[in-house]
Formats: sequence, C-alpha cells, structure tokens
Amino acid sequence: MDKIVPHLATAVAGIEDGMTLMVGGFGGSGAPIELLHALVDRFRATGSPKGLIVINNNAGNGRIGIAAMIDAGMVAKMVCSFPRSADPRAFTEKYLAGQIGLELVPQGTLAERIRAGGAGIPAFYTPTSFGTDLAEGKPVAEFDGRMYVQERWLKADAALIKAELADTMGNLTYRKAARNFSPLMAAAARVTIVQASKIVAPDGIDPEQVVTPGIFVNRIVQITDAQQEEALMRAGVAYA
Amino acid sequence: MTEKLTNAQIAWRAAQDIADGAYVNLGIGFPEMVAKFQPPGRQAIFHTENGVLNFGESPPEGEEDWDLINAGKKAITLKPGAAFFHHADSFAMVRGGHLDVAILGAYEVAANGDLANWSTGPKGVPAVGGAMDLVHGAKRVAVITDHVTKDGRPKLVKRCGLPLTGVGCVTRVYTSLAVVDIESRRFVLREKLPKLSLDVLQAVTGAELLVDGAVGDLIVPEV
Repeated sequence: MDKIVPHLATAVAGIEDGMTLMVGGFGGSGAPIELLHALVDRFRATGSPKGLIVINNNAGNGRIGIAAMIDAGMVAKMVCSFPRSADPRAFTEKYLAGQIGLELVPQGTLAERIRAGGAGIPAFYTPTSFGTDLAEGKPVAEFDGRMYVQERWLKADAALIKAELADTMGNLTYRKAARNFSPLMAAAARVTIVQASKIVAPDGIDPEQVVTPGIFVNRIVQITDAQQEEALMRAGVAYA
Repeated sequence: MTEKLTNAQIAWRAAQDIADGAYVNLGIGFPEMVAKFQPPGRQAIFHTENGVLNFGESPPEGEEDWDLINAGKKAITLKPGAAFFHHADSFAMVRGGHLDVAILGAYEVAANGDLANWSTGPKGVPAVGGAMDLVHGAKRVAVITDHVTKDGRPKLVKRCGLPLTGVGCVTRVYTSLAVVDIESRRFVLREKLPKLSLDVLQAVTGAELLVDGAVGDLIVPEV
C-alpha cells in the first residue's frame, strides 16, 4: 500500500470545479506552494478547477500560492480568520469588487471546526465570539453559568498540505511551526494530498515521532527543496 | 494633557505584573513589546497561536527561518524547552484556561469588561485572527492602550460603540495615564501618574472611575 505518486499533476488529479479545499499553512509557514501551483497550471491548461471554496487561515499573499489561485479566478470563496497579509491585493481587489466570498471565522474556532470535521463531531459549543457580530444567527446555550456559541464542523473534498518527512505508509512529520492546521486538515478531508520534502521507508520515521498517522493521508509527492512562500514573497516572485 | 507614558513605558508597567514561569500570550503589534521588559530574575513562557511555546526574540536579519514565525508572521527564535503543537492544541491552551495572562491592544474597553479591538466598522476587508479566542480562557485578560484616541476621545468608555471582540472579558487596563481594574462591571482606579489629578483623569475617561482603597503612583522609568 504505497501512497507515493510520481508527479504533482497526479497528486492533484480529481480536484474538480466547485470542490472545497483545505490548504495547510499559516502565512507562509507550511504553505504547500508546489501543490497549489500544480492546480494553477491545470486551470491555465484546461480551465478547471474553478469555483473552489478554499479553507486556510489567511487568503493569500502577493502573487503566489493561494493568491495566484485567486488572481487566476479559481476561487469562489475563502473561509479564513485573517484575510490580510503583507501584500493582500489578490483577495482585497476581488472582495471589494464582490467577485469572491468570505466566511470570516475566529482562528481557534476555525481550528476546532476542522478538528471536529475530522473527528466526526458535527457541532460543539465555544465561548469564542459570544455577543459579537460573528455569532449572529448561531444557536447559543448556557453551561455552568456561562454563555457559549454553537459552531459546526468543517469538512473538505481534499486537503493540500506540506510535510517534512513522509514514509510510504503516509505517516508524517512537519518542520517547526509549519505544522499549524495541517494535522487537523489531514483528518477532515476526504482525500489528503501531501507534498513532503523527503519520503522515507516505513521504518524511516520513529513511531514515537509521527505527528500525522498515515490513516489520514492518501497521496504523497516528494518535493525536495520545496519553495517557502515568505521567501518567494520577499524575492518579489509572481506565479504568472 | 502635558505628560503621559510612551508605549514602551506602558508595556514596561504591564510586564511588572507577569510572574516568573507564567504562560503568556501577547497580541500582535504593540503588546509584543511587553516581552522586552520582563523584570530581572523572571522568565515568562510565551505562547503564539500558530503553535509555539517558549519562543524568544527575532533572529538577526538574514538569519530568519520562515517556518519559524509568530502569529504576527514575524520570524522568531526558540528558547530551551520550546514546544511545537498543532492549531487545535494551541487554542485548547487558549480557551481551556491554561494561559495565565493574555495582553491585547484595544480600540475601546468598556466598564463592563467588553472589548472592541478587531474592527473599526463595515468598511474594507474584515479580519479577526485569534483575538476573539484569546479574550476567553486566559486567567487574566489585560489591555494596554493609550488612555485616549489620537483625536483625544476616551478609549475607556461606558459601552463600546465599535464591534465587540468579547463580552465582559477584560480584567485590567494599563494606559498611558493609569492602571485600572474592571471589577463588578466598573472601572476601579489602582494607579495614576503622580502629577495627574483625579479630576483631570476622570475628564478623559468615558465612564466613572471608582476609587476603592489607595491609588498608587504610576511611576515608570525611561525605557
């Protein structure tokens, strides 16, 4: 049961118009740039996938990664906590022109909704956002004298994430703070697609060190010397 | 008003109340300055929403590792005993009551403890980040802020006019003029600049300042 795929194009096959995608990363840390650019390549060649709902903490930066997808017109809606960045033009222009949707979610609620999606918990209560505009229309309830807001799970058709090591069984480790949302997204998506900086044999990761167990992972492509979003940003790179 | 504390001095004052070994989250921007002013002999453990405990200062320019950043997307370094964790664990630390202190900035703080610090209204692109989570769960939620807005209006008010970040969540406010606790939905004055009269302070505060016991002198070194 080898989960390795040879090419980026094979890795992102099956992502179609209108799907919901979870994309790992917090700002540039953990952003799976090569997988995202493989989707942009396919869109440019075939006109698909488009009309995507993208779940990420942010909404792209500069002209690369998620921002390149937004620029290309592939994204119908962002679900995120902080659609601002050093260079937020791609999202901002489309948002202010009414050409892209936004569901703004507090960051911890976003994480927990994704966790719940992966854990089979359809809804939960959180103190976050009670009494604020972001709780509008949501059920509330009192527990032990305090008020809480009901939030629902988030699931996706596919998750695109960046790992440091992957073994051929799909067990993953991450690099430093690049872990962030990725372990949660791996569990919450129907198909989890991983770009790993290095693929090793099944005994190549100590089981004590596995962060994401292989049960949550479907496809792995090896991208050595993966690009780092922040480094590309600072170099002024545009994926055009 | 003739005299007020600088932002660095406000941050210094807030840092004096952080105990050795406390787990602390500092909001993006101005609150990050608090880390610089830990009293000698004390070491807090700083938490950042994107999954790091016990991070340290920024690395020198050119030595950044962009996989190692804080919630403000700034490059950071690790101290001995640091830990990485995913976002659900990170916010379990936040909402689960495991942080001792969260220190945030504010547009407005109300006498009932309500905080507005994420949105100035419907214009532009809204963004909330972790602010609405951070105001729930930390044992103390403190605000550091100028006492008044740039055009001189009170930031300590009866009721917030801007969109709320959280309801009844703030326990202490460190301002450029005073230290104010929020107790039983009222502002209680704890310290003020020594030369500042209570009347003048009250005049730039948008809700009643109660005096309950001694009011200390807010004395801060040049920092």
